[in-house]
Amino acid sequence: MTAVFTFWAGLHPLIQGLIKGLAVIGVMFPIGGACSLVERKVSAWMQGRPGPNRALPPWLAWVPGIGLLQRLGLFHLMADGIKMFLKEDSLPGHVNKFYFLLAPVVGMIPALTTVTVVPFGAYFDSAGQMVPLVLANLDVGILAVFAVGSLGVYSLILAGWASNSKYPFLGGIRASAQLISYELAMTLSVVPVFLMINAPGGTGTLSLTDVVRFQSGTSGLHGTWFIMTMPLSAVVFLVSLFAETNRLPFDMAEGEADLVGGFHTEYGSMKWGLFFVAEYSHMLIGSGVFTLLFLGGWNPLPWVPLQTVIGWLAHLSPLLAHPLAVGLISIGIFMGKVLFFMFVFMWVRWTVPRFRYDQVMKLGWQKLLPLAIGNLIFYAIVIAVLQK
Amino acid sequence: MADTLFIILAVLTVASALLVVVNKNAVNAALGLLISLLGLAGLFVLLDAPLLAFVLLMVYAGAVVALFLFIIMLLDTTPGAAKPFSKMTLVATLIGAGLLFTGIYSLAHRAVLPAAPATLPVPTMKNYAEQLFTTYLLPVQVVGFMLLIAMLGVIVLSKKFDQTEGAK
Repeated sequence: MTAVFTFWAGLHPLIQGLIKGLAVIGVMFPIGGACSLVERKVSAWMQGRPGPNRALPPWLAWVPGIGLLQRLGLFHLMADGIKMFLKEDSLPGHVNKFYFLLAPVVGMIPALTTVTVVPFGAYFDSAGQMVPLVLANLDVGILAVFAVGSLGVYSLILAGWASNSKYPFLGGIRASAQLISYELAMTLSVVPVFLMINAPGGTGTLSLTDVVRFQSGTSGLHGTWFIMTMPLSAVVFLVSLFAETNRLPFDMAEGEADLVGGFHTEYGSMKWGLFFVAEYSHMLIGSGVFTLLFLGGWNPLPWVPLQTVIGWLAHLSPLLAHPLAVGLISIGIFMGKVLFFMFVFMWVRWTVPRFRYDQVMKLGWQKLLPLAIGNLIFYAIVIAVLQK
Repeated sequence: MADTLFIILAVLTVASALLVVVNKNAVNAALGLLISLLGLAGLFVLLDAPLLAFVLLMVYAGAVVALFLFIIMLLDTTPGAAKPFSKMTLVATLIGAGLLFTGIYSLAHRAVLPAAPATLPVPTMKNYAEQLFTTYLLPVQVVGFMLLIAMLGVIVLSKKFDQTEGAK
């Protein structure tokens, strides 16, 4: 064990960063893929059908108990992946080739870049201080997520424009208008959280780690999760998140009912697959940010922070208080919350009927935006009184 | 390392900014602007000002250029007739040229750059906010107003004039 740590510490920082980045991507990609299967399974259960349950490689059929995995549809995941990679990679003749090929790549870049600033766990150093597990611990964390995340819209616009046909074009136009509209409400909805964590006299921080640190207390205001003190912010943020990730009931860019496939109508095989993975990556990151801001991050319960739980666990076995174990436990708690929110995304998709386009615009500009502004003013006054 | 990064980012910024001006395809120009802004954000990061970099990305790359693309796609890009030349055009040109000349002249002969302070303020969120809402409040408003004027100018200049409009 110690040999591994010494070897790790001896590596060049660039190589360390590369390995860490690849490790995070190596976890995100399979989860994104698995979500496509979960989505199909969840939709099936909600509609009272069995869902995908047939695929089974013939050379595995003799294994006892494999029928359960087959009924869960696990092999459909493999089959889907292989299908997407091996399908003919067709390029329609009427498209603008450069931008057509560029669009899926542009979709992946912001999705994978925002991951770097989202903390996903923590451990405690020998002094008892919380050290976040994050690829780049920026002081402007939330701003970086919003800034880089907002670049994802170009993928949709470019795909719609470069496809050079009607339905993708309409999808691209709708996507750009929708994403810009909801960004405003989304950004304003998180401001109260940062007003709260920035006590007067401080230097000012927009770090996501500090938000979790604020929610890591054991009593009073410091232990409450922000979803309890700022429910309206959480609701506005969540609704905007659905719109920003183009999920039903806001799937205007895709609009299967009226636009065939929207911006990706002309795409096939892995190029289409990249859009798909980018959408799920955005959902994962969005759920992660929501968990950090409003659900206490890697703290298991309100007023019961990670450190308390680790203290209890250390009575069982001192091995559990090792930073490595603490890190894994915190990642587990965090991922549990994030995956629950992935389920919520699917839950809403199969429960709420989709909006018309004018309803989307009305909701964004006439309901969510005034709500977010009013919410901000209310909390600005309350926090000013509280912190005086 | 920082020098290499600076050269790469600077070349990227300037080259794509050039692309914005010379390219005839409006979509290419808008994307050139986007890349230029990304390069500029990178330069800000190199200067240890991540806040500026991300605000730039969020406001300009995230919203403004996306709106540009939105408008470009909706616009009819076929060229129309230019505004007919009139006496007013001549007067406006003369006044504009006079103002521009005065501006450049006073900038070249009068402008004094303040010396760099010995100790730089720490680029914290609080310092940014204080400077922005006290010392630089008026300049920011003035620049914003100039952008508004530029926008009006663009609308006037790019408006298509029907030959029949005068007869109405």
